[in-house]
Amino acid sequence: MADNTVLKVDELCTHYLTSDGEVMALDDASFELERGGSIGIAGESGCGKSTLAFSLLNQVQPPGEIMSGSIDLDGIEVTELSEKEARRKIRWKKISMVFQGAMEIMTPVYTVGHQMKEPLKYHKDITGEEARKICEEYLELVNLESGIFDRYPHELSGGQKQRVVIATALLLEPDIVILDEPTTALDVVVEARIMNDLKRLRRELDISMIFITHDLSILAEVSDDLSIMYAGWIVEFGSANKIYKDPKHPYTEKLMAAIPDIRTDIDRLEYIPGVPPNLVNPPSGCRFHPRCHKAMEVCREMEPKTYDVDGIRVKCHLYSEDESIAESREATYDTAYEDEAAAEAYEGEKGKEVSEGLEEVEEELMEE
Amino acid sequence: MAEALFKARNLTKHFEITQGLMQKLKFEGKKKVKAVDGIDFDIQWKRNFSVVGESGCGKTTIGKLMMRLLEPTDGKMYMKGKDITELSSRSELKAYRRQTQIIYQDPFSSLDPRHRVRTILEEPLQIHGLGDSREERTDMIKESLEEVRLTPPEKFLRRYPHMLSGGQKQRVSLARAMILNPDFIVADEPVSMLDVSVRAEVLNLMKDLIDEEDVTYFYITHDISTTRFFTDYIGVMYLGDMVEKGKVGDVLDNPSHPYTQALLVAVPEPDPERVRGVKEVPISGEIPSGTNIPSGCRFHPRCPHAEDICSEKQPESREVEKEHTAKCHFAGEIDFDLEVAK
Repeated sequence: MADNTVLKVDELCTHYLTSDGEVMALDDASFELERGGSIGIAGESGCGKSTLAFSLLNQVQPPGEIMSGSIDLDGIEVTELSEKEARRKIRWKKISMVFQGAMEIMTPVYTVGHQMKEPLKYHKDITGEEARKICEEYLELVNLESGIFDRYPHELSGGQKQRVVIATALLLEPDIVILDEPTTALDVVVEARIMNDLKRLRRELDISMIFITHDLSILAEVSDDLSIMYAGWIVEFGSANKIYKDPKHPYTEKLMAAIPDIRTDIDRLEYIPGVPPNLVNPPSGCRFHPRCHKAMEVCREMEPKTYDVDGIRVKCHLYSEDESIAESREATYDTAYEDEAAAEAYEGEKGKEVSEGLEEVEEELMEE
Repeated sequence: MAEALFKARNLTKHFEITQGLMQKLKFEGKKKVKAVDGIDFDIQWKRNFSVVGESGCGKTTIGKLMMRLLEPTDGKMYMKGKDITELSSRSELKAYRRQTQIIYQDPFSSLDPRHRVRTILEEPLQIHGLGDSREERTDMIKESLEEVRLTPPEKFLRRYPHMLSGGQKQRVSLARAMILNPDFIVADEPVSMLDVSVRAEVLNLMKDLIDEEDVTYFYITHDISTTRFFTDYIGVMYLGDMVEKGKVGDVLDNPSHPYTQALLVAVPEPDPERVRGVKEVPISGEIPSGTNIPSGCRFHPRCPHAEDICSEKQPESREVEKEHTAKCHFAGEIDFDLEVAK
């Protein structure tokens, strides 16, 4: 591991073992994060972004389970830690997380300070007075008055609450902070300010950040590297500057095109037809092929490998050098999208049985 | 110009705050939240109007007032020239609401989970007594499902909302609004809960329906980036007042109120080279409470260009260019370049 790498994830698979079957929420994820660097993880809902975050904390809840792969966090193999070890060794100290909907995460019955002190007291042998001092220091760091320490969550605005949660995540000086949709519920002006603060904190404290969001325009502001996820796969990974300028994977391409522009008049927005697949029974071959505008014969049959294109890792047959695949590139097949097929996939076999059963019952009722 | 489809004049809604016994005994008078504070706007036929602003600026209240779901405190609203603030009897309101429908933000909670799509769409028909028989209504339902591209409609009739994806749910909401062939739809953040790719699909569809079904939208959103594509006119709300309005291209290219300028600077854009640095959002603080609106110009405590006059005198609407006005003492005089500001 290079000296500067703080996190190395290798072929990580996390699945949920549900009664409907195995949900392959995260498959074969590999990436590295440098000290002080930042990664933006983007994708539609249900693509495995949050599962990835929970895996990094070794906090996947049953029926979820890390099936294989490794997570090397500054020399510690996270996948081998027990719950107790994970709590003692890595969470908050090495890696902390700002959860989605952080505004509702605080208990209304305790003061902000009471809740902030908790991780400090658990990990460090310090008095309440000392803990208070540290907390106030961090509150000021995120541009809040230290007086907020004695207030209750309902007395704060959404932006202030979000800042408190960010300050708490920084308290134990972790190497990495994961931010899951940190600004989704906030107004643009507040959002822009918090993003500014995060940029500044990253520089001042030299921490690495992992941003998880579905909003690619936010990620453009903060990520060095970008990881695009689709249906449990990382389909594209590499320098954000390069990917924004010239996306390689057809999914990334469409995702970028779907963002409306405030500067130019356009008549229609691009979109990706259909819905993401059910991960109990994902499409054969490439999981994106039923929605892909560049799909080829081979995409239906074979899972694509990950190719290196100009320093970007892309999981797509388009970049294969295999001759037979290169040939079939000519013979693109028509994926004329059918809403029905996608809806079917979404609903899943189980759901279909249920709905068919219900239809029968209703028909009987109507006959009566 | 032809007669406007919808007109609002001095539209006002103040909410009184419920007081405790002690506050009542102090006789301080009732506190009011000025959610909408005397706004004017016109909406032309098939020219969508969008309203943007931060949470708490009163944009949802306007939508509810337009639907007559709330009683305005003051002001008038006209639909095709007819005063709709005067409507009082049930039958008059019912007739009005057939022409005007609303779509809500959250398709997950605005569709009844125990009803099938068919039942959800049949309800408005039954309420308004449309369709003579079950068969006739079924045909109308199928037609409206086709309109929102849920095809073949037979497949969706028997589904429950949980069997639909987010985008499909929102299209059912749209079908429910469309089935009565309204002239006017209030769309309150219709796509903000959806993923980017699906959002684009639903907005495209809504745009297509403007010509197909002769409908006009009043689009309420906090996401300025979608307004340029979807609407023709825009109104920017701040603390209950519409501080700037005009053609969407004019307002976004030449924002004249300092608040609009700040909003545009804050909008994230997907271009890492342009936005990597720390950007200075040119306003400070957070939006004040509607109970305590600042004197003079309500934006002055946060405004980077504020001068003495701003705290003393409420600014009039100033015309910046044709059909483009801003309520600022210095509208048209502030130099602003988005490229420089970013």
